[in-house]
Amino acid sequence: MVIFSVYVVNKAGGLIYQYDNYVPRTEVEKTFSYPLDLVLKHHDEKVIVSFGQRDGIKGIKFIVLADPRQAGIDALLKKIYEIYSDFALKNPFYSLEMPIRCELFDQNLKGALEVAEKAGNFGAGS
Amino acid sequence: MTVHNFYLFDRNGNCLFYNEWNRKKQAGISKEEEFKLMYGMLFSIRSFVSKMAPLDMKDGFLSFQTSKYRLHYYETPSGLKLVLNTDLSVSNARETLQHIYSNLYVELVVKNPSCSSTQTLDSELFSSRLDSFIRSLPFYSPRAA
Repeated sequence: MVIFSVYVVNKAGGLIYQYDNYVPRTEVEKTFSYPLDLVLKHHDEKVIVSFGQRDGIKGIKFIVLADPRQAGIDALLKKIYEIYSDFALKNPFYSLEMPIRCELFDQNLKGALEVAEKAGNFGAGS
Repeated sequence: MTVHNFYLFDRNGNCLFYNEWNRKKQAGISKEEEFKLMYGMLFSIRSFVSKMAPLDMKDGFLSFQTSKYRLHYYETPSGLKLVLNTDLSVSNARETLQHIYSNLYVELVVKNPSCSSTQTLDSELFSSRLDSFIRSLPFYSPRAA
């Protein structure tokens, strides 16, 4: 619940991966007092040099939507990048900038989200 | 612990007031372009944030941070937008911005019959009060890190 979604955007701005993790809790909501403001963290891969791209490979952006009380998002973003490089880039059947359809990527991503939710959750959840 | 600069926009996108305290690097474009860039960015981010929200939002866009600074944003119901750039040690400047709005802007500008609300702010009183308020903030230090 506390990590809502993960998006991966390629260099050209196209969405190459999306994972949604939220369940609409309409009937379960009892308290209305918790802050629902979003914390949007934007992690831009590879520094873009001003006169042009360094080697045109990177430029991938990872976006995580999470509850503001969720801690450890920076570490989570790094972890997602590691999982991306392990299961997408090293996959011989995956071409860069294309939508990510690798099972191992999905599995490891879900695992990383669960770990982050359990480890970094301070006071969230009602 | 420092404050870099402050922008005040009206609801049409005109920059009513701007001041800087500890700005080390200029944008490389004219002030006019910088204000347009800032306003356009705020407009786009607010729209993005409201579309991407997985739950109902209370306040909307509050702030963003980079590796070097944090931008704090506060919008009044009348569409007035206050933007404050500080270093990363300031996690929440919302009350500061609210104070600037209700105690400085409303008191000194809105209630001033000779201050036009559509043009750039000309009020010296507002400028000097804001300056002393910012300098008195606990997170302001002239020796910028």
